[in-house]
Formats: sequence, structure tokens, C-alpha cells
Amino acid sequence: MLDAKIPSGSLEDKWVDYKGHCKLVNPANKRKLEVIVVGTGLAGASAAASLGELGYKVKAFCFQDSPRRAHSIAAQGGINAAKNYQNDGDSVFRLFYDTVKGGDYRAREANVHRLAEVSTSIIDQCVAQGVPFAREYGGLLSNRSFGGTQVQRTFYAAGQTGQQLLIGAYQALERQIALGNVTMYSRHEMLEIVKVEGKARGIIARNLISGELERHFGHAVLLCTGGYGNVFYLSTNAMGSNVTAAWKAHRQGAAFANPCFTQIHPTCIPVSGDHQSKLTLMSESLRNDGRIWVPKKQNDTRKAIDIPEDERDYYLERRYPAFGNLVPRDVASRAAKERCDAGYGVGTSKQAVYLDYADAIIRYGKIEAGKEGRNDVPAAEVIAMGKQVVKEKYGNLFDMYEKITGENPYEFPMRIYPAVHYTMGGLWVDYELQTTVPGLYALGEANFSDHGANRLGASALMQGLADGYFVIPYTVGNYLAEEIYSKAIETTHPAFEEAEKSVSDRIYTLMNIKGKQSVESFHKRLGKIIWNKCGMARSKDGLEEAIRDVQALKREFWSDVRIPGEINEMNPELDKANRVADFIELGELMCVDALNRNESCGGHFREEYQTPEGEALRDDENYMYVAAWEFKGEHQWELHKEALNYEVIKPSQRNYK
Amino acid sequence: MEHNTMNLNLKVWRQKNNNTKGEFKLYRVENISAEMSFLEMFDVLNEQLVVTGEEPVAFDHDCREGICGMCSMYINGKPHGPWQANTTCQLHMRAFKDGDTIVVEPWRANAFPVVKDLMVDRSAFDRIIQAGGYISVNTGNAVDGNALPINKKDADDSFAAAMCIGCGACVAACKNSSAMLFMSAKVSHLALLPQGDPERNSRVLNMVAQMDKEGFGACTNTGACEATCPKEISLSNIARLNQEYLSASLVADK
Repeated sequence: MLDAKIPSGSLEDKWVDYKGHCKLVNPANKRKLEVIVVGTGLAGASAAASLGELGYKVKAFCFQDSPRRAHSIAAQGGINAAKNYQNDGDSVFRLFYDTVKGGDYRAREANVHRLAEVSTSIIDQCVAQGVPFAREYGGLLSNRSFGGTQVQRTFYAAGQTGQQLLIGAYQALERQIALGNVTMYSRHEMLEIVKVEGKARGIIARNLISGELERHFGHAVLLCTGGYGNVFYLSTNAMGSNVTAAWKAHRQGAAFANPCFTQIHPTCIPVSGDHQSKLTLMSESLRNDGRIWVPKKQNDTRKAIDIPEDERDYYLERRYPAFGNLVPRDVASRAAKERCDAGYGVGTSKQAVYLDYADAIIRYGKIEAGKEGRNDVPAAEVIAMGKQVVKEKYGNLFDMYEKITGENPYEFPMRIYPAVHYTMGGLWVDYELQTTVPGLYALGEANFSDHGANRLGASALMQGLADGYFVIPYTVGNYLAEEIYSKAIETTHPAFEEAEKSVSDRIYTLMNIKGKQSVESFHKRLGKIIWNKCGMARSKDGLEEAIRDVQALKREFWSDVRIPGEINEMNPELDKANRVADFIELGELMCVDALNRNESCGGHFREEYQTPEGEALRDDENYMYVAAWEFKGEHQWELHKEALNYEVIKPSQRNYK
Repeated sequence: MEHNTMNLNLKVWRQKNNNTKGEFKLYRVENISAEMSFLEMFDVLNEQLVVTGEEPVAFDHDCREGICGMCSMYINGKPHGPWQANTTCQLHMRAFKDGDTIVVEPWRANAFPVVKDLMVDRSAFDRIIQAGGYISVNTGNAVDGNALPINKKDADDSFAAAMCIGCGACVAACKNSSAMLFMSAKVSHLALLPQGDPERNSRVLNMVAQMDKEGFGACTNTGACEATCPKEISLSNIARLNQEYLSASLVADK
């Protein structure tokens, strides 16, 4: 079932050869070929714009009121590229190597190498579009470092890199809309894939304003619908982020790969109470300058500033001297959990550690004083100067922290704790980003392909834009070249009728349960099960229990959920119910996958499999494969394994010490 | 950390859709924690309404971290509520006290028709961008990112304008419902960069024409937009827009 279609030849020639030999579609034929793009984040907007520029007839869909709202906009820290502008030893190979190693050797070499190759073009493209990246005084682009690397290859725009990149892609998309190459459907949600003779040929979408179901034909369908982190209820994802499009594809035959590979980001604002609806990330870039610590004494109730230096445990610097505070996310998250579980946590909940800027403020202040040639600056003035520098670098993040917590992070260390942030798993795709359903593609976070078991910081933006700007325009052409003889299928075709009927039947069923419990309450309960049993630490017993709990929750949901309002009108509760129903099914598969994987790797930490020092213990002999699950019916999946062959990199235990 | 709770009266605009008339309805929410965000307080209200069988209040929201620009409530007579440089989702209940009555309305502007309750249609903003808010460069056409150095101040000013989140608070705050701050932010963002130079004249003329067509009002330099903008987009962008418009008008082919 799984053919990754990795081109032959040496690693660095694969993509070049592919581009040189893939089939092309002539301009006159492109006009006759229709492509549906679902989702308008970095992957979707860049794909829709690029395909529109090529001359395809594109239809783009998003559930928000404008494509500019997609959650890529919230990415803060930056985007990686192997430019080596800093002359610090970076290269395509180095970015490739760091990404495979960071992913704990569970990613496909060929895909990751291609990602590293196109990374440099992304920066050029974005600069040309007018993305205002941070610059040095000489007018050239500025870089900073991120976790899991020893070079400075991250390009950024203050703490709003995702926003600026998305606006770049959004503007390119709007330009194509104005030119008539792309038709935009905002406030529309895809609820089914339509297949004709085994190929994806369209979608059923709900117009979220009128409640009507619409049929749309496409010669190919691209899902750019992001990740499924909201299965945990509390995550850094946007409220609307969901798995529905990917899940419908899965139920229609697309294999779902490595669903248990989820990323828990180490630096988020801790949970403050039961009312909480989402968690907020504090960018990884803060680990460039901030130092993470807990008190050396358990249950220390003193204020942070009253704890003297020698009674603080800078545990990342202690455990991982080579990378220090810049270890990869999975390592940093587990280390925070370990300290809190051992009783060293801080704050009222004791589920938090400090991220401290005091040292950085003094260091920057001294540099500023030095620039003015003064070495007699009083301490208070040094601090004031340092705060100014920190404000320029991270001001918006510090402001956000203060708004949420009511505390001033320039004066007191921030309290942070890990939170669900990103999902490495997703729809299985081959080298061309095609799922196991012909004509159905998955781009960006929605696919599984590039990050293995753990994603490095500043690589999600890179992957989304690589897929949309530079990969799909070639690979979808290779498919569509064979489709030039296929006429557009009328949406009165029985396949469309049937797909629409299954959607409307399901909506009707949901609305007529008329139970007692709200959609939100089910979502919260699902989140608790998954977080407790399939979160930062997993075990066989816990996962078996979670599977039973989720199955029971599913039965309860389908017999007792209450959705007010009508079908044929705007009904946000119904939209939410559709999504939560799919999250429940996905939650079960995540636990099934985590249970199958009897090893620890990256974000997947099975308590049974760890080294004496508490590091993840991989089992390359038995689990060096991509677990791709085929849907076989309710609660039933068949596992297909794609073996990972490392031809260039030799997998070893990840060492950041 | 404070852990006080409060009871509040809410006066919320309810409107079934764009074809029906709306009205204020009164609700009461209790035991609201000061640590909640304003939207989490609305989540509590909506849970209450679901349980009692009433339709929940529809409102736009997504990222809940102040960046997507989707949330859009007019709270006690101010877009996004009482805090400076803030979005509705980042407003926290610390801003209110026990017993307060809070009035919540949608953005009010002819160019932003109400979709339902507190949701409005802001697609006019997308159409203004379609009129020219971009640089025409197809994928694959770019030169090296460092080929063209850009003066740091220009890059920083461009970024400051590009921070606009397109929420529409500027329009909601303006007595004329003008979209000048939104549009000037985009014109400034692109005009300050050398890459934006080739299209600068047509861009500003076309965007202004589209803004007028959408039914936004004129600018009378009151400054309510700047005062309410969650991203503190400066009024000086409007000055730059006027300058761009004037010089473009002088050289444009009529």
C-alpha cells in the first residue's frame, strides 16, 4: 500500500533530477484543470497563489472570515534557512542533518534534504514579496538561533514572523484572486472528500453563514489544514484549528501516519484554572537569552528574586552543557516535567519553572554602555539600558505575558510550563506529497513527512512554505499531466450526491440527539484523557485505559450531546460538534499508535523505555518505521509500515550534552 | 496572584442574521475569575445558554493571543474594550469589578454588515488588498534576500506598519467609519521597501478607489483609530498615505 516514490540517485541529486524529469502541463491545458485547496495558512495560501500564478483554476477554502486569519499567523520566533549569512558553518547538509537528528531519526531522509535545499529560496521569495524581516544596521538580514542547532540560521520579524510570512502569502493569494485565477471561499468548512473511481475529485463544504452544503469539483484536492493539537482541548492552537478535513480523508482511505508524534512545547504560560480555553506560547526564541531554573530546595515558597544564585538549579545548563537552554523542545519539556514532578515546581500550581531574563538584561545593558564607551555606568542605568534592548527583541512577547498573567516579566522571572503545540504526525504522503488516495495531497502540518518524532523550532514555517511555494507546483503537475483528458465532472454525479447525503445525514443525526451535555464539555473531557495518558509520558496500562475511556466517551457523545440552533443557518455549536466528533475518533487512534510503538523517541515518551538518566530510549531494530494506519471501520485500523532507510546519516542516540 | 471572583450583568447585542433587526438582551454571569480572559467569560455565558436551550452568542474569535485579528467586540463603547493596545481576546477580567454592567456590541459600520450577533463581515478589507495591497512577484522570481540592503530604519518602520492585524477596530472607532488607518498601514508597509517601489503609484490610487467603493467614510483626522488600534499603528501612516496619493495623482495617466 505504501510506495514513497523516492527518486533514485544520490541524496543531493534526487530533487534536481525529479524536477528535471517530472511531467509538465502546457499553459493551455492548465486553464482547464481545477485544483481545490483547503486551508489558507502558510502551506495553503502559498500553494493556492503559486498554482494560480501557473494558470491552474484554483478554488481555496477556509473556515475563518478571511484567509489572513489562519493560525500560521501566530507563529512567533522565526523561519530556518541554510543561507549561512553568518559564516558560522551552516549548509544545506547541516540543516538536513539537524532536522533528521532533531526528529530522533524518524523522518524520511529524501524529504528532509529537499526541505533544506529549498529553504534558501523561501527567504528570497519572502523578501521579494515585502516581508519585513529584521535587519542589521548595514541593511542585511539578521539571524538568531533556535533549539537543537549550533548555528544562527533563523530569520525573524520580531516575535511575529508567522504573521509577516502569512501576510506575504495572503497578499500573493489576494493578487491571484483579483486576477481571477483563484476563487476564495471564506467561512466554508470542508466536510467530505468526493472520490470518483478511486481518485479524489472534489469536496463537500458547508457554507458556515447559510448552513448550506455545497459541492465542488477539482481534478486534484490539496489539504493544507494544519495539525490536530486541539485534540488535547488545551493547546497553543487557535480555537478553530481542527482535524476534520484530514480525518474525512482518512476515513476515505488516506493512511494516517505517526499520530502519536505530538510536540509539547516547553515554554508556554502555565494553566491558571478550569475556565481556561487555550494556552499561550512564549516563543522558543526566548531561550536564546533567558535562563531556565527552579529552586534547589523542594517546595520553596520564597519569591524568585529572594532566592540567591547558589540556591537555583539551572537544570538544562547542568544536564546538557553543550546545548544548555537551547536543547530541542522534547528534551526541554521532559526536563521541566521531571523537576516539577519531583517537587521543585514554582507558582501556585507548582506546575511551572522560571524563565529568567535578569542576566540577559545586565549583559545587554553592559554592551550598550560599552558602545557609548562608558565603563562607569551605575547598575540601575545598565539595567534600564538592557531592558530597552530586550524590549526591542522580545517586546511583544513580554507584553503578552503581562496581559495574561498580570505580572511584569522585566522585573520578575516568567513562569512557564510545557503545552501542546504542534503535531508531527499527519496524513501519510509520498515524496510528491500525495496521500494514499490518488489526487489527494497533504501539505504543511497536515502531513507527517519532515519532522520525524520531534520538530525543531522555526522549521514549521519553513516546511509549510516549502510545500506550498516550491514542492507542490512541480509534483501536482506530474499528476495533472495525466489528467488533461479528464473533463470536469458535473457535481450532479452520483458520487457527489452520495457524499453530500452522508454529510447531511450525519448533521441531522447530531442535531437530533438533543441530549444534555454541551459539545465543549465533551471536548474538555477528551482533552483530559489524552493529556493524562497520551501526553508527555505514556505507558502501556495508561494507553489501554485511555482507549477504553475514549470509546466510552464516543458512545456518550453520540447519545447525549446537545446542540442548539438549526441546521440551515449559521450555527457555531454545530460546527464545533462536527470537529469534536472527529477529534474523539482521532484520540483513539493516537493511543493505538502510542501503544504500538514500544520505544521512546522524540515527543513520544513511553515510561517503560528510558535510559538510566531518563533520556528517551529508541529501538531502531524494531521501530525504525513510519506507522501508517489504514481505516478499516469503527475502532479498527490496519498498520502499514514504511521502513526508514538511512543512507547518509547514521542514527545514534541523540546527544545534546 | 489574585483569586477574586465577580458577578456581572451583560447587555449583549443579539441579531439572528443580516436581514433581521437586532436588540440588546440582558444576561447574568456569576463567579467569574479575575484571571479569565473576556472571551472565556463569554464561553461561560454560552455554556449557560446551551444548557438552558437558548442559542449561544455568536462571536468571531480564533487564535486568542491577539494576532489573528478575528475577535471584534465593541465593549462599553470602545472597540476591544478599556485596555490600551489590546485585542478583545487579550482583555482580562481584571479590568472589571464585581457588579459591573458590560455592554457588548458588534463593530458598527456600513461597510461591515452584521452576520450574526457580534459577528460582522469584513471582506471589504480583503477587497481593498485585492486592489493593490501586494507586490507583484510570482513564486520563483526572487533574487538573493541580501542582494538589496534595506536601511534598518525603513525596514523597522515598514514592519511597524505591517503589524496591522486587519481587525477593523479603527473603522469601528471612527465616527466616519473610515478605513484610512488600515489602508495606510498597508500602503506604508509596501512603500517603505524598495521592492514595493515599482507599483507604488497604481497601488495607492487603486486601493483608495476600492475603499471609497466599499462605503467607508472619509478621514477627518480625529485620531480615534490610532487611540484604539491594538497594534498601535501610527497616524503618521495616514500622512504618508496622503503624500503617496498626492504624488501618485500628479504622475498618473489619466
